[in-house]
Amino acid sequence: MREEVLCNPLADLLICACSSVWDSDSEVLASGIGLIQRLAASLAMIKNPNLMMTDSEAFIVSEPVPVGRRNGYEPKRETWMGFSRIFDNVWSGKRHALVGPSQIDQFGQANISAIGDYEQPKVQMLGMRGFPGNSISHANSFFVPLHSKRVFVKGEVDTVCSIGYNPARLPKGYCLNDIDIRRIVTDLCVMDFEPECKKMRIVSLHPGVTIDEVQDNTGFDLIKPEGLRQTPEPALEQLTSISILDPDNLRINAVKAR
Amino acid sequence: MSKLISHTQAINNIESGMTIGIGGWGPRRKPMALIRELLRREVNDLTVISFGGADVGMLCAAGKVKKLVFAFVSLDFIPLEPYFRQARQKAEFEVMEIDEGLMVLGLRAAAMGVPFIPTEVGLGTDVIRYNKNIKLIDSPYDDAKEWVAMPALNLDVSLLHVDRADQRGVCQIKGPDHYMDDLFARAANTTIVSCDELVDTGFFHQNPEEARYVFWERSATNYIVHSAFGAHPSSCNPLYGIDVRLFKEYAASASREGGWEQYFNEYVLIDEAVYLEKVGGADAIRSLPLPIY
Repeated sequence: MREEVLCNPLADLLICACSSVWDSDSEVLASGIGLIQRLAASLAMIKNPNLMMTDSEAFIVSEPVPVGRRNGYEPKRETWMGFSRIFDNVWSGKRHALVGPSQIDQFGQANISAIGDYEQPKVQMLGMRGFPGNSISHANSFFVPLHSKRVFVKGEVDTVCSIGYNPARLPKGYCLNDIDIRRIVTDLCVMDFEPECKKMRIVSLHPGVTIDEVQDNTGFDLIKPEGLRQTPEPALEQLTSISILDPDNLRINAVKAR
Repeated sequence: MSKLISHTQAINNIESGMTIGIGGWGPRRKPMALIRELLRREVNDLTVISFGGADVGMLCAAGKVKKLVFAFVSLDFIPLEPYFRQARQKAEFEVMEIDEGLMVLGLRAAAMGVPFIPTEVGLGTDVIRYNKNIKLIDSPYDDAKEWVAMPALNLDVSLLHVDRADQRGVCQIKGPDHYMDDLFARAANTTIVSCDELVDTGFFHQNPEEARYVFWERSATNYIVHSAFGAHPSSCNPLYGIDVRLFKEYAASASREGGWEQYFNEYVLIDEAVYLEKVGGADAIRSLPLPIY
């Protein structure tokens, strides 16, 4: 009989790295779209109960709802939060979303809509969803499960769904500081944007990853500071929380080590 | 005043070239029985506005869409709607792709009777690059910013599905979210609502709670169609969940030559009562588990 694999250290590392994108936030809606992202938001809310989360359906909950089967668990609903009210929250700015775009460019512009020619896409994906509004209304971070040049593209993304630090597209009356892209967590590293020049910068490398490996898998030049630290390994209490938030171990198949 | 009509009479209100709004969200509480009746008709060149799921996919597969106004089309557990995707990749219809929130504002503008609502949503993105009908304006006040003037999305007809209604057009949605159905109801010249259960008005008098689940007043509803399980195969929480099996069969059909014709003949080109038996009957639909997100 084959033994069931019950842990995926990369998944745990990424959940912890992703959860830190909310480190500087206070009372905002932490939206993690996708399994790793949602577990990350949940972990962040355990650390900082000022954050708000939903049940991923229509209510704000007082504590994160575990993913997978509920096994009798009832979400601790505290506020109705149907989709119409989500937009009211988005436009208030009191939200920080962690999303998983298919393409990201040097400006932090992101694409989840269409690959190739817009008139007749080679690959039609979901559609822009809430990306345009999210990107100009509140803070956003990105999660990329497979860091590659297919995701981090040269030039601009094929369809610009979210505004980034692109001077050529900056609306009248806006400055680059009006846009708030916090962090980009990939399976290789954590990145952000250098506050002055708004160029993408490596913040930390995951264990065993080199600067060259990150740059070689990115379609544009990254800022590579001296003396980069390693992305922190999950703490024991974080691992305990994650196992409670994901009792069915769904995260094991959510990301693959390369 | 009774607003009760049949599925057939309801869809008689839709003519080729019209702009149709469809309520619900993805695979949730879509007016699918009304969509099936529409699919059976010789009505074409529709402009469709929807938080899209299989409603959009089926209308695309049937070649009825001239223009699609959308922010996404998805079946949730099957993220990419297969027939929408195929049709879009063949450039079979015009698109007005916008942000979800812009759709809310466009419907709200139509509901309010104003030509546009100013917003920052869409600035700096391809929303304003590809949608030449969306204009930028300067504020008439002291701010120095430009704004997106999201135009009203005026609808000829809205198709909605609710849990229950009386024949006067009082519509109740008991599920966790009424989505943008109230805006669709207000944005349309003619709003047609199918309901799982047709109730006497007295139902709403039982306690004030029942009236709390009514999200628009009856003057915004023109017609009521009694359509038990009319959202199937989408969900109508809390009455029934998503029919995952049928959605999988539907999605799989898209990868076969002639797959849509087969699905259409088997599940659309039949009487609604036969359809309900074919997909398992009332008890089976009632026992479809509610989705967990």
